Amino acid sequence: MTGKEYRTITDVKGPLVFLNKTEPVAFGEIVSLRLSNGTIKNGQVLDTSDDLVIVQVFEGTAKIDREAGVTFMGDVFKLPVSTDLVGRILDGAGRPRDGGPDIVADEKADIIGAAINPYSRRSPHDFIHTGISAIDCCTSLVRGQKLPIFSASGLPHNDIALQIARQAKLTGSDEEFIVVFCAMGITAEEYNFFRADLERTGALENAVLFVNLADDPAVERIITPRLALTAAEYLAFEKDYHVLVIYTDMTNYCDALRQIGAAREEVPGRRGYPGYMYTDLAMLYERAGLVKGKKGSITQFPILTMPGDDITHPIPDLSGYITEGQIVISRELHQQGIYPPINVLPSLSRLMGSCIGEKTTREDHKSVSDQMYAAYAQGRELRGLVAIVGEDALNERDKQLLEFSGVFEDKFLRQSRDENRSIDETLDLCWTLMSRIDTKYLVRLDQKWIDKYHPDNRK
Amino acid sequence: MKNEGLIYRISGPVVTAIDMKAAMYDVVRVGTEGLMGEVIELHGDKAVIQVYEDTSGIRPGEIVVNTGETLSVSLGPGLLTQIYDGIQRPLPTLEKEMGVFLTRGVDADAFDLEKIWTFEPQVSVGDTVVGGQVVGHVQETDTIIHKIMAVPGTGGVVKSIESGDFNVTQTICTFEDGSDMQMMQKWPVRTPRPYQQKYPPVIPLITGMRILDFLFPLAKGGAAGIPGPFGSGKTVTQQSLAKYSDAQLVVYIGCGERGNEMTEVLDEFPHLIDPNTGKPLMERTVMIANTSNMPVAAREASVYTGITIAEYYRDMGYDVALMADSTSRWAEAMREISSRLEEMPGEEGYPAYLSTRIAEFYERAGRVETLNGEDGSITVIGAVSPPGGDISEPVSQGTLRIVKVFWGLDAGLARQRHFPAINWLNSYSLYPQSLDQWFRDNIAQDFPEIRIELSGLLQIESELQEIVQLVGSDALPVDQQLTLEVARMIREYFLQQNGFHEVDAYCDINLQYKMAKAILAFQESAKSAMASGSQLSDVVNVPSRSDLMRGRLNKGYVDTIDDMVKTMLAEIAATVEEN
Repeated sequence: MTGKEYRTITDVKGPLVFLNKTEPVAFGEIVSLRLSNGTIKNGQVLDTSDDLVIVQVFEGTAKIDREAGVTFMGDVFKLPVSTDLVGRILDGAGRPRDGGPDIVADEKADIIGAAINPYSRRSPHDFIHTGISAIDCCTSLVRGQKLPIFSASGLPHNDIALQIARQAKLTGSDEEFIVVFCAMGITAEEYNFFRADLERTGALENAVLFVNLADDPAVERIITPRLALTAAEYLAFEKDYHVLVIYTDMTNYCDALRQIGAAREEVPGRRGYPGYMYTDLAMLYERAGLVKGKKGSITQFPILTMPGDDITHPIPDLSGYITEGQIVISRELHQQGIYPPINVLPSLSRLMGSCIGEKTTREDHKSVSDQMYAAYAQGRELRGLVAIVGEDALNERDKQLLEFSGVFEDKFLRQSRDENRSIDETLDLCWTLMSRIDTKYLVRLDQKWIDKYHPDNRK
Repeated sequence: MKNEGLIYRISGPVVTAIDMKAAMYDVVRVGTEGLMGEVIELHGDKAVIQVYEDTSGIRPGEIVVNTGETLSVSLGPGLLTQIYDGIQRPLPTLEKEMGVFLTRGVDADAFDLEKIWTFEPQVSVGDTVVGGQVVGHVQETDTIIHKIMAVPGTGGVVKSIESGDFNVTQTICTFEDGSDMQMMQKWPVRTPRPYQQKYPPVIPLITGMRILDFLFPLAKGGAAGIPGPFGSGKTVTQQSLAKYSDAQLVVYIGCGERGNEMTEVLDEFPHLIDPNTGKPLMERTVMIANTSNMPVAAREASVYTGITIAEYYRDMGYDVALMADSTSRWAEAMREISSRLEEMPGEEGYPAYLSTRIAEFYERAGRVETLNGEDGSITVIGAVSPPGGDISEPVSQGTLRIVKVFWGLDAGLARQRHFPAINWLNSYSLYPQSLDQWFRDNIAQDFPEIRIELSGLLQIESELQEIVQLVGSDALPVDQQLTLEVARMIREYFLQQNGFHEVDAYCDINLQYKMAKAILAFQESAKSAMASGSQLSDVVNVPSRSDLMRGRLNKGYVDTIDDMVKTMLAEIAATVEEN
């Protein structure tokens, strides 16, 4: 299948190689480069015309000279997929990293992935129990959702992601998730942490790992998540698995995207990131979901670190516009020693409404969650006021709300790394904490739930 | 030059063809798979084409065929209840042809060309028909009569016209000059459909959302922008408008947004009942879904496809509401194409013509006298997704210069779960002046005054809050503390509305008025009770007030509210005697 080898390189710039007139090369075609020292590098066509072809080289352009031979492989990038993937560790370009044999392909799947017809999607509505109160009560996760963790350097996002991976299951079922883990530019230390934890819990046997570390080629990061999602789609939609995709760190991915944009001398958008970053990210995030006629599902947990803790930075900003909510990790709570330090106020799960209630969690869930939010938000706001005027200047209602915001963090948010609370425990805990506030101030609660669940009425 | 050329270059969604006769905006078929594209730039003998499908695997040297047509939509009975992609291909048909994943190179008719409709002529042999005139009726859904109109610019003396059962491509009418017409017509999406004149907007679009109808009303034929950061509830607001506004038809464009959200709409709409007609909502809806991961050029086209369909129904004399969620994604599609063309960028990389395009789009809204002499309107409601929620960016600014209603969503309110998270201090509507007469005539004589009173209270509250931030609320005089209580009641009882609650999601405009009056009645009686010696805390804490407030979640509230207000007033009056 390999064709003619060309030696027509004119320019090499950053991760890009420019070639003169060749055969008609397809857009997106895979390219193999043979260096004069015999090394083989791989790339992909970014721009093609009768007289100029631009190739993006995954392994970096070090040692490429104008003598290097270029062969066009006649096809776009494909990943060999089969159920043998499960339990394997691959590198960022899909080659075995665990010393095992090559993957024997059942079929080869295009890694760009076609968009799911919106008409062919099934609405996600299965509540995923995570055992973390802040998530289960306030930002409930649904099977088929994409819910990123917005974190920042130095915060325990990895612990939270792993705790979710360990504890996630559907309520009332023992069905487990297959984890597809995609590392993009994280350190070997972080990777070992993930791997050790997956190994310890036995999840590794049921996982596929795609690993591009900080010292691996940056451009390769562009395809790593696409490989992971292609594997996930195969497992979910061909083999009926429920797949949980964790990818970390999206910030490194976006930086790689910017690197290529800069090398192509494209007009940059905000903060130098390419103008098409929204579309590019959407092509990853939108590969979550459920489709008609298939049993499996893809749930995504992207992790991104917000540069400078800034939620308006283009990476979290564009992600937030695509994903179905976000879980925001707070440095302030972390410094108070609270784990998991989830700031529920900017956190959100857009699909929550479809997965909670009488049939799946509990009839009072929505009402309780709204009231917890509102009371905590007001209590937090009062802290600023108290700093100026002192607590004595508060009226009775405000005093109660202020006190509530403290116990909310201390009793509701705080739990240990292996504490797995059931949804009943979580909601009962909410009622216990809310009972510290006079009922007449709890305006978000339906009277019928107060009658039924308020500790005063349950004695 | 001929109608066929060859591909010279491919760069993402932009393909360059050579040796082809082409004019701007011609629709072309690209490559051996015949992918649909549109000529967007001419450069010597090169034609630059934006392609509506994925271009991976296409090679230079493949064929390009110019169809000679411009990008058009098919218009005719069968549009309603459909769900299209950005270039009017029905998604259910694509599913049949391609499976659940969208592949490429498939053509699909916009609606069933074979379906038989019963056509009732409205003109007779010998009548002169002009462009835009209605020649006959078709019952499209239970509520909508589809009026078959002569294509603008055509017409003549009717030679023959037949009633009976036809499909949309069969001839129903012939003219003396030898021309004929069918029920289906085509119209280029980038050309606004003509009308006789624009009227000033004097009728409100009633949405059932209290903050919108009462404080910041939108007129039928008006244009509104909803900017807001992610998570502030743009989509929920747009969907509520699509569900409950009293437009006769709704065109909903999901432009570059989430797939699961579109699915939610698709699952929900067929089961929801239009509060104004009692029929399923789907029967008055046309949906366009071009999600964020679908081809970017088709996203650019989707808003034009949508508004052309809206104009077609407007021309029949209907009030159409068009929701575009989100116009920022449309602008980004323009930016992406523009940067592939290596055009000189304007602000933030957007093309220099961005604000012109936005203005042209919103200008297609309006209440008009149609060519047929009827009254029709298009109300456009565009969501804007400013990066970081900062509305100083070009798309928000381009929109705000045009629209007369600004519903500003606020992340802070969303965090407190105050929904709809529309900030009552910085939002505005320029329509009250022209709409007040309607409110006076149809709802209540003092409607505008009540509105001014409510917004005045909210304004005072924000000023008082600044003082409270410094000294605490207990330090304020009691009358100001009461004002804060009343303002809190406006916020929690009136402005907050649960879009997912079966009762609260839609609030009748007459009930809105009663609720507003109830708040002012509370203020009035509390003031007088306190003047006679009642304590603020007693007045505020009368149990009937929280009954009144919680009552809005119950069915039949419109019938019980008057009694509840009476009880509340009585209890407040009783606090005087207790002292």
